[in-house]
Amino acid sequence: MKPLSDPETLAPAEEAAVENPSVGIDQSAGNFSYDVTYEFDAGTGLNEKTVRYISSVKKEAQWILDFRLKALKTFESMPLPTHWATKDLENIDFNKIRYYLSQGQKPKRTWDEVPDDIKNTFERLGIPEQERKFLAGVEAQFDSEAAYSNIKDIVAKQGVIFCNSTEALREHPELFRKWFGKVIPTSDNKFSALNSAVFSGGSFIYVPPGVKVAQPLQAYFRINAENFGQFERTLIIVDEGAEVTYMEGCTAPKFSTSTLHSAVVELVAMKGAKIQYITVQNWASNVYNLVTKRGLAHEEAEIKWIDCNLGSRLTMKYPGVILKGRKARGEVISIALANDGQHQDTGAKMVHAADETTSTIVSKSISVGQGRATYRGVVHIPKHLKGCKNNTECDALLINTNSRTDTYPAITVRGDQHAVQHEASVSKVSEEQIFYMQQRGLTEGQAMSLSVNGFINDLARQFPMEYSVELKRLIDLEMEGSVG
Amino acid sequence: MHSLEIKDLHVSIGDKEIVKGLSLTIKTGEVHAIMGPNGTGKSTLSKAIAGHPDYTITSGDVLIDGKSILEMEPDERARAGVFLAFQYPSEIPGVTIANFLRAAQQARLAEGEELDATAYYKKLYSKMDLLKIDRKFTSRAVNEGFSGGEKKRCEILQMAMLEPIFSLMDETDSGLDIDALRIVADGVNAQRGEKLGVLLITHYQRLLDYIVPDFVHVMWDGRIVKSGDKSLALELEAKGYDWVKKELIHT
Repeated sequence: MKPLSDPETLAPAEEAAVENPSVGIDQSAGNFSYDVTYEFDAGTGLNEKTVRYISSVKKEAQWILDFRLKALKTFESMPLPTHWATKDLENIDFNKIRYYLSQGQKPKRTWDEVPDDIKNTFERLGIPEQERKFLAGVEAQFDSEAAYSNIKDIVAKQGVIFCNSTEALREHPELFRKWFGKVIPTSDNKFSALNSAVFSGGSFIYVPPGVKVAQPLQAYFRINAENFGQFERTLIIVDEGAEVTYMEGCTAPKFSTSTLHSAVVELVAMKGAKIQYITVQNWASNVYNLVTKRGLAHEEAEIKWIDCNLGSRLTMKYPGVILKGRKARGEVISIALANDGQHQDTGAKMVHAADETTSTIVSKSISVGQGRATYRGVVHIPKHLKGCKNNTECDALLINTNSRTDTYPAITVRGDQHAVQHEASVSKVSEEQIFYMQQRGLTEGQAMSLSVNGFINDLARQFPMEYSVELKRLIDLEMEGSVG
Repeated sequence: MHSLEIKDLHVSIGDKEIVKGLSLTIKTGEVHAIMGPNGTGKSTLSKAIAGHPDYTITSGDVLIDGKSILEMEPDERARAGVFLAFQYPSEIPGVTIANFLRAAQQARLAEGEELDATAYYKKLYSKMDLLKIDRKFTSRAVNEGFSGGEKKRCEILQMAMLEPIFSLMDETDSGLDIDALRIVADGVNAQRGEKLGVLLITHYQRLLDYIVPDFVHVMWDGRIVKSGDKSLALELEAKGYDWVKKELIHT
């Protein structure tokens, strides 16, 4: 199959960011790009041809192609949500983006070409050599295929299906189609529509009734075994009384040649099921990370999102739970760190749709330098329900005097048989606190890191051990440039 | 033997001069007490020595073993052996005492060197036993929600762990009841010896009943106006600070 257009003649995707220095910093600093020849390439720009091309490369069924084409129409007709969201979205040039890439050949770059500071970052994060090469794009494939198929085989014995979305659409259409696009409709927002048109990659998990998956399923292995997805589509269905924990992302910085990442993640927890979805992401500072994540919790089911966002130019992500069945529970725990030139616009959505449903939101954000962190939350409890509870807590920590934080909590409660609590705080690491720590021998940078780690400590503890250790190291690295 | 030499020190906060030419030499093995009424610059002196950014040293010098420390960052001074027991210690939410002290110990090691965790906890627990501090204490966040007594005890524990050469104790007795005062004083006395020089800053003579100083200095309006041995403290207690004031006017 031939690419639609010759990749050599196309401008690199980063150019869009460089041309729009609206964040006041040179976006090209820290970027790096290499010439890579892709086996399958949909070229830049988006139209019906692009969508048909993606669908044909993936050898999809007609209904999926129809779904994609319909989504494309929706995407084209929807405006950007700039009446409430940042105007920075307008800097995305949809015509300059590549919507589908498949790396068939080995990249031509070598380890020697990788910039020293990036090598240092890997070194300090303690990432194994093999993985470093993969993350830096020196090796097209990280040799984790074996680890992935091992996990896959173990859980398969319990009847669990764990595969990529493309495979699931082929092998398990009956399971996939029933819930696909049901939790998050195509028209939910412009970016969910975009994802629906061009999605590729992502995970599919089905856990049969009563099965409790002992070990967390990790996308880390799975994604490394293919390409990093730009428009991932993940669907997790956990049947009655079953339980699963899923982890995606890694704390290592992802160096991506694409500037727009827009994933859609749908979770379905049937009666009494439990899903825990853990994300740790650290994007390169040129990336728009616009993600729609939502779960549907049936009676007595529990969905918990644990979400940690670092890096990127703009992240917009509000994991949500629709509490559809009686006594369903939803929880969002989020940590965001916005450094210079970054805007973390994150939060949660809790839609109560049954009696005695409970939701909890705990959000902590850290703004460093000129970084901006925004908490945006929706809690909706309609009048006809009774016995619903919500507890929202959002705390912001400002590091420098020019750091910024905003909080937009929207809590709508009708009826008088509910209990709702909202707490918000903004604090700054005080000079006295830093002096106190310095007086004990810590450098200013170490003192700052320790304060920040202390601030998120109660949430970081909820991450799996290896994630929270990496998170601590990452914060140390992020804080290094913040003092002086 | 080590020496901490304060030479004709002038310290300002903003445009206001607080310490107006103070000289004092402290050697290891000695305990000096500085007494004086509120607002005479006692706390300013200790913070300026520790390198607090709000305090400007306009002239004079502070030297350890003949070497000026004024160009050093607060953390460098700390690692050089200067410890300040704060009058109002800061809270560090979410950071446990154990982790904080571990980070402080780690910061004293050469780059690439890892703190031996087992040895660290062994030392921590032995110091806590010495100071009669409950083991559960170290899993609490530093100073967060602590009573006045707990805060001061936490300072003494940190001092015991970090083993400074010179300890500046700023109003360590303030806000303490008599039992807490005794515990804190026992902690300081336990660390007293050839390896440590102490500068005790206090408003009241009371503390000096428990920590008996080798030298007592009276500070007034940014200067040391009278020095003597421990009997000076008793005389002050009996006659009050007005006595010093009158003497000053007459001379």
